Amino acid sequence: METHVSTSAIQPNQLHRILAISVLMALSSTAAHAAEPPKQAKFTVPKNEYGQPDLRGVWNFSSNTPFVRPAKYQGREFMTKEEVAADHAAIQARSERSDNESGGTGGVGGYNQFWVESLAQDENYRTSLLIDPPNGQLPPLQPGMKSENGGLGPDTGGERPVRFRVGGVRKDGPEDRGLSERCLMGFNSGPPFVPSMYNNNVQIFQTKTHAVIMTEMIHDARIVKLDAKAHIDPALRQWSGDSRGYYEGDTLVVETRNFTDKTNVFRGAGNGTTMKLTERFTRVGKDRVDYKFTIDDTTTFTKPFTALVPMVRTDGELFEYACHEGNYGMVNILQGARQEEREAAAKKSGAQ
Amino acid sequence: MHSIVRKLTVLMIGSVALGGAAVAQDKVARTPAGKPDLNGIWQAMGSAHWNLEPHNAEPSPVVAMGALGAIPGGLGAVEGGRIPYKPEALKKRDENKAKWLELDPLVQCKLPGVPRATYLPHPFQIVQEPNAMLMTYEFAGADRIVYFNKPNTEYQVESWMGYNLARWDGDTLVIDVTGQMEDSWFDSAGNFHGPNLKVQERYTAKGANVLMYEATITDPDTFTKPWKISMPLYRRLDKDMQLLDFKCVEFVEELLYGKYRKGVMK
Repeated sequence: METHVSTSAIQPNQLHRILAISVLMALSSTAAHAAEPPKQAKFTVPKNEYGQPDLRGVWNFSSNTPFVRPAKYQGREFMTKEEVAADHAAIQARSERSDNESGGTGGVGGYNQFWVESLAQDENYRTSLLIDPPNGQLPPLQPGMKSENGGLGPDTGGERPVRFRVGGVRKDGPEDRGLSERCLMGFNSGPPFVPSMYNNNVQIFQTKTHAVIMTEMIHDARIVKLDAKAHIDPALRQWSGDSRGYYEGDTLVVETRNFTDKTNVFRGAGNGTTMKLTERFTRVGKDRVDYKFTIDDTTTFTKPFTALVPMVRTDGELFEYACHEGNYGMVNILQGARQEEREAAAKKSGAQ
Repeated sequence: MHSIVRKLTVLMIGSVALGGAAVAQDKVARTPAGKPDLNGIWQAMGSAHWNLEPHNAEPSPVVAMGALGAIPGGLGAVEGGRIPYKPEALKKRDENKAKWLELDPLVQCKLPGVPRATYLPHPFQIVQEPNAMLMTYEFAGADRIVYFNKPNTEYQVESWMGYNLARWDGDTLVIDVTGQMEDSWFDSAGNFHGPNLKVQERYTAKGANVLMYEATITDPDTFTKPWKISMPLYRRLDKDMQLLDFKCVEFVEELLYGKYRKGVMK
């Protein structure tokens, strides 16, 4: 299977890995059980010098698996091998079409597929990243709660503060833009981090008293204290919350509170102040860590929910995602809007 | 007499014991691999971040900040007192200083680069593994990954916090920093560098709670010779110490983008 995956963060050796995995998937007959994930060989979790399960290194959490289960997979937790192959082929075809589309007239769009990490990187046969509720759908919002999302389309016209990441409500000032356009938060870096277009890389650091979850996106180093149970004073509110952790067998468990009201809980709903996040990092193979997270905020959602994101080891390095330092986009967005206003005003006065 | 001797003896033993305890307490911790354990939260004191060279106290550039915004004097952190600029570079430094608030990248919340990140008046945390380290700074959430296990590799692309390769020289941690963006400064007095900057940092533990920090700056485009700064870094001993958010991007939006607001920009 020919793949065409590349981002600034994927090294040639990683590309080889992806190719190798794809080839293995195509050849493997043991993985052919319909509706079942391939069996993992028995694996002993390596320990670091402190006896902790060794989670160190750079992990890629790209995924082609949708977050919520598409209707066509209703009632099924796993895809068949054939469905996975068909999915890959469709993406491949889309990539090739997209990568050939340059030049021409009109809008050039944001990114072609060359920049996008969207191929499943592991034998993840799940029909959704969401594993609980078991139907693969997000629990309903509490009555009166609504979710507001931006996106790459027109501005939403909503109110400040803008808690979603991509897009904006209008262009009157920087506060009208999404948090990732303002270089405050990444669009995939969470917490919890979820697979998205690119920079789906995280490096985990471990010491005796701390762990650090560092996302490449927006270079957010979330420091997890292992030697304290209590969270910081409730008056202290942070963009990525306040993380405490412990080891439970071979799993690093991270509990995060003290989120700010300037972010949403998930998918544009609620605000961070009531959010409790529990993340579980489990080394399940030589080159694989399972990342499972639960969002518990019954002020916003009627029930907690849990997703499972497999992560694959990469030998590459994280690159510095210096977003704010080169945020010409913000100047251009605002200046462009002012120019449009001037032109509209000139047209109006000319018409009179 | 007897009791005095006894009391003295007790006192002496006591003080020896105390001294011993103090020494024991001040021992540099070691990792299981036997290297100095530099994990922890550190911070420089003093006013090197204002100006690496010796400088007098100055009034605040922002009138409203009064005495609280005034700049304290400093003995200087440069070995030999002065940075050995080439004449044209010295002129540029003075221009930078004259236009400090307009030009200082930290006013705009940009990543500080190395060594400036080290001696900002904000704490930073060292996360030390056998093969890698993370140095993470409260200011702007700056961070850099430092590699022990990639000797003789080179940076692939310039970055604000550089490409960081480490090794141990005895008990001193040595980090060679290359590939830094030329846009960063050394302090708030306009001291700057060019695109070919190389920084060699040395961290040496002097007891449990103090690191001696040295940085040798090499940039033949800007300086007549390499020069060195040094200063102590202190462990933050505050109860339950941890780094907090200082996401200053939000704090500079009005400064950077205010002029493009609707109703402001004509």
